[in-house]
Amino acid sequence: MIEAKRPKLELLDRAFVERIVDEGLTLLERHGVMVENAEALRLLGEAGADIDRASQRARLGRPLVEKGLASTPSSVTLYDRRGEKAFVVGGDEVHFDPGSAAVAMLDHKTQEERKAATRDLVDFFKLVETLENIHFQSTGLISTDVPAAASDAYRLYVGLRLSAKPFVTGTFRVEGFEPMRDFLAAVRGGEGELRRKPLAIFDACPSPPLKWSHLTAQSLIDAARAGIPSELISMGMTGATSPVTIAGTLVQHVAENLCGLVICQVASPGAPVIFGGSPSSFDMRKGTTPMGAIETMMIDAAYAQIGKSLNLPTHAYMALSDAKVNDPQAGFETALGAALGALAGVNVISGPGMLNFESMQSLEKLVIDDGICAMVYRLLAGIAQRDEPVALGLFEGLTPDMQFLSHPHTRKWYKREHIQAGLVDRDPYDAWVAAGRTSIVDKAHADVAIRIGRYATPPLDDALGRELEKIMTAYARSQGADRLPPLEI
Amino acid sequence: MTQDLFRNMSEAIIAGDRTRSAALAEEAVRAGLDLIEVIEKGYVPGIQRVGELWEEGEYFLPELITSAEAMKTAMAVLEPELARQRIKARTSGKVVIGTVEGDIHDIGKNLVASMLQAGGFEVHDLGVDVALDRFVEKAEAVGADFICLSALLTTTLTNQKRLIGLLREKGLRDKYKVLVGGAPASAKWAEEIGADGYAENAVSAVKLAKSLAGKA
Repeated sequence: MIEAKRPKLELLDRAFVERIVDEGLTLLERHGVMVENAEALRLLGEAGADIDRASQRARLGRPLVEKGLASTPSSVTLYDRRGEKAFVVGGDEVHFDPGSAAVAMLDHKTQEERKAATRDLVDFFKLVETLENIHFQSTGLISTDVPAAASDAYRLYVGLRLSAKPFVTGTFRVEGFEPMRDFLAAVRGGEGELRRKPLAIFDACPSPPLKWSHLTAQSLIDAARAGIPSELISMGMTGATSPVTIAGTLVQHVAENLCGLVICQVASPGAPVIFGGSPSSFDMRKGTTPMGAIETMMIDAAYAQIGKSLNLPTHAYMALSDAKVNDPQAGFETALGAALGALAGVNVISGPGMLNFESMQSLEKLVIDDGICAMVYRLLAGIAQRDEPVALGLFEGLTPDMQFLSHPHTRKWYKREHIQAGLVDRDPYDAWVAAGRTSIVDKAHADVAIRIGRYATPPLDDALGRELEKIMTAYARSQGADRLPPLEI
Repeated sequence: MTQDLFRNMSEAIIAGDRTRSAALAEEAVRAGLDLIEVIEKGYVPGIQRVGELWEEGEYFLPELITSAEAMKTAMAVLEPELARQRIKARTSGKVVIGTVEGDIHDIGKNLVASMLQAGGFEVHDLGVDVALDRFVEKAEAVGADFICLSALLTTTLTNQKRLIGLLREKGLRDKYKVLVGGAPASAKWAEEIGADGYAENAVSAVKLAKSLAGKA
């Protein structure tokens, strides 16, 4: 039997990949990266980087970067909250998670954006828990009814209470790391066990061009020491904060990400690192950063190819849209990104649910996008030979009245060869009219309510729940927030 | 001869050629020309044409910013000479501009600042993450006509509203025109918070400021 070929997209010629990596390494060596973090500069200096303290610039020689690459694991395995189900982040595995840290929700009723509060965060986590094609949670919304100083940790706290899926998250402030690590360690029953079975990925974004801020460099160091995977989110904007050419932006992407990788490795050799990003094509009229632009997706697919050539797990912000409501643009940008990202073998694809340049989440879109992800997984599964011979056996004894529909072969294979439609419309016209001409958005809205209604909290040990609450309350208090909103689960 | 020079100046601005716009300004100084006339008949028509090309959809941000910079380099040559001759260049008005506190995004703000400057305004750019008090202090110190506030984040947008509150508290609200901009801002927002205007892009910001200054 001939096995299915994994369909694969590679935008760059091998020689071009090598050329871009080579220029990235030269950039690190000659120009270096600004690192606004004293500890990171000290660690890099001790490891052999050329440090200029006055300008906070670190120049990284090739041997240092190569050593860092050698000590970085080629894949990371995340485990769910129970520590049972494993998710490999590496190879050509693809996992979707909702686009993260939106500041607003799309309100279905008014079709307007509004600020998110704790109750939205609760709905969001519950819904994502029910979406089978979205493997990871992300701390995808910022609740505005929680003091800003504690909002990073709060998202993870609420999420861990409500969901068993692994998380993609990150800190907003240096102080946020400790409680967030403590939550994860508490779930695992200790830091050693957390290191063995990571539960969350922490995003850290350099500031283009060629700078790691104090906060993000500290997040890299702290996460590396705790064995928490860091996702490096380089995000050049073509022609605004990085070269306007796609290949030029890729060179900067390589340099920024590899500097982040080396910071992790000098902090703790062997620390898990994911070669990710959120670069974008810069719109030269509006001055905006379209995530749904085809050039953005090309940059993403290309740096993922480069990350793979360096034997690293990969990530990208794809499968999202810049539309403001769930209109055709929202659908096609999301679907195109999901398909291209998956074909490029991006391991973690952050995007579902997201609208308006990574700033707005929509519950309805999450459900629609879950269907897109289902299609994409089917595409990735490819076309396999199921029978020997492929079909000739079926045609033996072919008569004019033979029915494929009632043939045992059809019943045997249809569910494995074809996925169900989900929310997309496949009604005959008259049936569609009779059913009230319902749009996919309206169907999604109804589905959100059904899913949230049948959601059941994955069992959480009472003592653990209290421990998480204790960590959260203590952190909030230390940040001057004595009261947190009531959490109705 | 002078007409040719004026046309070349205008073309240098339209082409965004910094080297040439500065060289032509030096030539004008050497020739002892009336520098006010040089600005108004040579350079200003160029930047006006750039604005038109933007509105026609011909020019994009890279053309806009390089032309504004070409204007700046020419003015950098002419201004010291004007000062030496004790001639006061006519300004369209004085502007204090910055991105509000908590926000470090500066691309849009820089564009607006450059275009305002190219449009003849005296621009005091406070940069990014600017404390609200500093806008007021600077505006008081330079005798500004306008305070321009940029914000990219919905979370920092509210600081535009706070600034207006601050001006009211200090009894200074009527002294300045407050203009707001940035991705989450809108004309509706400007109205809601009692600002004097909103502009969607750098070209319309210049138009807005000029019309409010009565110089459109």
